[in-house]
Amino acid sequence: MDDIQTRLQKSSRATRQDYFGKVICYSCIGLIILLVACILYFIASKGLATFTKNGVNFWNFLTQSDWKPGDVDKYGNPQVGALPMIVTSFSVTILAALLATPFAIGTAIFMTEIANKRGAKFLQPVIELLVGIPSVVYGFIGLSLIVPFIRGIFGGTGFGILSGTLVLFVMVLPTITSLSVDSLKSVPMHYRQASLALGATRWQTIYKVILKAAAPGLLTAVIFGMARAFGEALAVQMVIGNAILMPKNLISPASTLTSKLTTEIGNTVMGTLPNNALWSLALVLLFMSLLFNLIVRFIGRRGNIKNER
Amino acid sequence: MKKKTIISSLLALGALMAITTGCSNSSSATKSSSSEVSGKITAVGSTALQPLVEKAAGDFQKDNSKINITVQGGGSGTGLSQVQDGSVKVGNSDIFAEQKDGIDAKKLVDHKVAVVGMAPVVNKDAGVKNVTMDQLKQIFTGKITNWKDLGGKDEKITVVNRAEGSGTRATFESAVLGGEKAIKSQEQDSNGTVQKIVSTTPGAISYLAFSYINDKVEALSIDDVKATDDNVADNKWKIWSYEHMYTKGDPKDATKKFIEYMKSDDVQKKLVKDMGYISTNDMKVQKDSKGTVSDK
Repeated sequence: MDDIQTRLQKSSRATRQDYFGKVICYSCIGLIILLVACILYFIASKGLATFTKNGVNFWNFLTQSDWKPGDVDKYGNPQVGALPMIVTSFSVTILAALLATPFAIGTAIFMTEIANKRGAKFLQPVIELLVGIPSVVYGFIGLSLIVPFIRGIFGGTGFGILSGTLVLFVMVLPTITSLSVDSLKSVPMHYRQASLALGATRWQTIYKVILKAAAPGLLTAVIFGMARAFGEALAVQMVIGNAILMPKNLISPASTLTSKLTTEIGNTVMGTLPNNALWSLALVLLFMSLLFNLIVRFIGRRGNIKNER
Repeated sequence: MKKKTIISSLLALGALMAITTGCSNSSSATKSSSSEVSGKITAVGSTALQPLVEKAAGDFQKDNSKINITVQGGGSGTGLSQVQDGSVKVGNSDIFAEQKDGIDAKKLVDHKVAVVGMAPVVNKDAGVKNVTMDQLKQIFTGKITNWKDLGGKDEKITVVNRAEGSGTRATFESAVLGGEKAIKSQEQDSNGTVQKIVSTTPGAISYLAFSYINDKVEALSIDDVKATDDNVADNKWKIWSYEHMYTKGDPKDATKKFIEYMKSDDVQKKLVKDMGYISTNDMKVQKDSKGTVSDK
């Protein structure tokens, strides 16, 4: 009798495993949350110090175009105007996304709708291989091939937004493609069957049914690609020229938020204005990636109503 | 439930602490009873000095197996601020600590381990081999914009500068610009990239440490003085700077031994020259933190 009682009251092996698993999960989650919180706090405190401690006007930071945090202008104000970098960052991101999206969606359609199994199986690793190439390699290829190519065609130095866009195009292509493939695959098979049964051709099915049903997913893919482009530092830095000038055209040297961060952070001293100003740039980047994430979630929620458009 | 979350967050905190302390590398096992010094040295900072320190550290550890030396880049600013915080033993820098805002130079001890000369370099197409110091200044301040004004080809001058605040740029600007501001232009953050860009971009001009100059770019002479080690030694060539290794207070134990090794003949007579630097022993002049040059 006692034996049964103790056995029933003691936690079983499975319970202990359950408990053990829970502890592991919670500690992992705890660590990650803590890390994110630390990073957020660190960047925010450093980035905001530019405005609170060093007294830089936030509006001037966003709208002026003179960046020389180590120096003051003739009125004695520090020159911390991030506008050229913000504009350039957005330009390369949007242009790269515009350029990459048709190719990516075309490839995705081919892989999901047109190619046979073997073709898709071959294309998948080819696309994914592009993700695995380190960005410094892209940068170096850009510097050795794209920059001279642009210089040969358009003149100038070859460094600039156009080169940056072309390098980023290759870099965001796999991201957009593989996410597009996922969203096209998630369109239910009976949509296709119904469409074909109604007498639609394959092109009409793809164009009028599948693409429309997958539209929210495709948009998400594009935004993820843009987030990647916005945050890319090294490859862009190597081909964009890093001149803090308001971009006048696509082939004059310019500088993105990330390229400025990577070139200068090692030369500044923690706690001084030049360093804090760079953290402010990082804060802008962080906000932008937050914004991209919010957009993705927003689209995801709308995506439940599928045939909305 | 609550208890568990507390435990888990403590665990997480513990892990994080382990990570951070692992990074900052305080040397704990410095004291040893035997005469052989042991310990851990981390040297962080200037990428221009990094190759020399790395090579020297490798040779040094062959004879001092108990001393463990880690050399990292990160830039002069990083080196100076980290050694000031005490998170590393040695901060490598291309510039004097006095020249950097936010660094209290009084707390740091300067060890000059080498001298680096820098020269303006241009793309071979430009057709210019010699400029005057004044012309050089006018190029970098944007007053001369075409090579034909200097007797070269009719080609636009493309200025490639170094990153704002970098040691190389500070040295070049203090020697050439004399307080004037450089025009806004392309900025690159490493000798290697600058060399590549100048060698491939028609009309480009920049400046490089002597060790990075090769036959793909044209090193200019200034006022008919060639960019050579000998000319640096007697200050005929004006664009040069010390490579510093800073310690917080006087170095002790392992760090002291390593810095003594860096200044020894083993390194100064051979390694320094092999790697394209100039030995401080060969210098006939000295420069202080304000840039004033005097006889040694």
